[in-house]
Amino acid sequence: MKRLSARTVSRLKVLLFVAALVPLARLAAGAFLYPEWLGPNPAEYITRSTGDWTLRWLLLTLAVTPARRILGWNWLLRLRRMLGLFAFFYALVHFSSYVSFDHVFEVAEILKDIAKRPFITVGAASLLLLLPLALTSTNAMVRRLGARRWQALHRLVYFIAPLGVLHFWWMVKRDITEPALYALLVAILLGYRLRARWRERRVGGLTRART
Amino acid sequence: MLIRRPDDIAPSEITASDVYRRRREFVQAAGMLALGAAAGAFAGRSQAQQGVKFAGIAKSAFSTSEKPNTFKDIAGYNNFYEFGTDKDDPAAYAGRLRTRPWTVVVEGEVHKPRTFAIEELLKFPLEERIYRLRCVEAWSMVIPWIGFEFNRIARLVEPTSRAKFVEFHTAVQPETMPGVRLPVLEWPYVEGLRIDEAMHPLTILSVGLYDQVLPNQCGAPIRLVVPWKYGFKSGKSIVRIRFVEKQPRIAWEKAAPHEYGFYSNVNPNVDHPRWSQRREKRLPAFFANRETVIFNGYGEQVAKLYAGMDLKKFY
Repeated sequence: MKRLSARTVSRLKVLLFVAALVPLARLAAGAFLYPEWLGPNPAEYITRSTGDWTLRWLLLTLAVTPARRILGWNWLLRLRRMLGLFAFFYALVHFSSYVSFDHVFEVAEILKDIAKRPFITVGAASLLLLLPLALTSTNAMVRRLGARRWQALHRLVYFIAPLGVLHFWWMVKRDITEPALYALLVAILLGYRLRARWRERRVGGLTRART
Repeated sequence: MLIRRPDDIAPSEITASDVYRRRREFVQAAGMLALGAAAGAFAGRSQAQQGVKFAGIAKSAFSTSEKPNTFKDIAGYNNFYEFGTDKDDPAAYAGRLRTRPWTVVVEGEVHKPRTFAIEELLKFPLEERIYRLRCVEAWSMVIPWIGFEFNRIARLVEPTSRAKFVEFHTAVQPETMPGVRLPVLEWPYVEGLRIDEAMHPLTILSVGLYDQVLPNQCGAPIRLVVPWKYGFKSGKSIVRIRFVEKQPRIAWEKAAPHEYGFYSNVNPNVDHPRWSQRREKRLPAFFANRETVIFNGYGEQVAKLYAGMDLKKFY
């Protein structure tokens, strides 16, 4: 599992691509063919489900680095772009369902809503912050920006994930179990990075002192 | 469309004649329910109440002619936090609710406090009331309730002159209600109305849905229905009704005072911090393309209760 051939990785990518579309396909089937799948409030079901999936893809994207370091599976890195893009894609569907179902495309109402309701403000902000990451996700853009700047930009995800969880947390009326679970996972994934960085600094400092 | 009743006839008179004309059917319905109760007792399970049919229920001029939602939708999408906070939790878990024996204590500022057994309450003249239900979460349904006007109970217990408000307490059954183990809201769930709101002929206690006993997840065996207010004002599975002098603090007001007010009348002009109230989704529709109407369209009947009140202040 530590090393996979380029071909295996390509196959894994195809598999991931198909798997990532399954939740959406299920929603589409529910919307057009099997209304009982989505229950009495199908629009809400779609909005909630795509919101959940956005957070899940974000978590998986953030899990790549720790998993890679802990397990030594470097090939995971090659799946990360797709994971991140799916987070963005589900966020877009999530936003579209809000714009269409809840506000029937009334732009003035939507802008008012974004300005007025904190949880909507935070949600809109996270989507907006995801946009530059999605736009600079191509190899060409990585080259154009330079690896260092590209990476600096993509560290925005460290803010986006907590904002996404906050959006969920503030949306929930009373029972915060689920958002709290997401918050915990984000904290673990970001905490891992902080710890790693702190250790590196210490080790780095020691090596420098010795030489 | 609502059919307007002439104001000069006291609603009590109308219903009374209804009772008179349909007395045989009521006796039949009560008999059937008694049979159902006996069957339930025989089976030793309160669940046996579920599905018991009513017969010969009177129609009401207060019913809307809009198309009701399906039984499945009404009984499958509920806010009943005692059974969990997801909309499908109540349908999944409320089957365990013990609805027999069941009593409703009526007390407080009344001359004749009284405890009603559910069997007594089912003998009240039952009517079908097809009402719109508007949830604060910006969705709505049309629901064919079976029930009777709350003012009938009030007349029996004779409120004192100090009775200004009425509290409605929902049952707490920790062994059947997984939700009450969590401090999501303060239990028991307490709701309240001003006494004139409670006495209004639109305010009913419901015991049935479509042609049968109220499903547990909809608040069996008896619940409040106040159609011009957001749904959470209509407490479910009522065990205690208190007439009081001071305005009670209601469950959601305690939980989030800046979001929920005591009155909570349906009002498209007063926004909620989470949902714009301008529009609503008439389930199972996808789009919230229906304009919300003040007092949920019952303004003709109830607007006078709030004459001179600033509804933005008393939200």
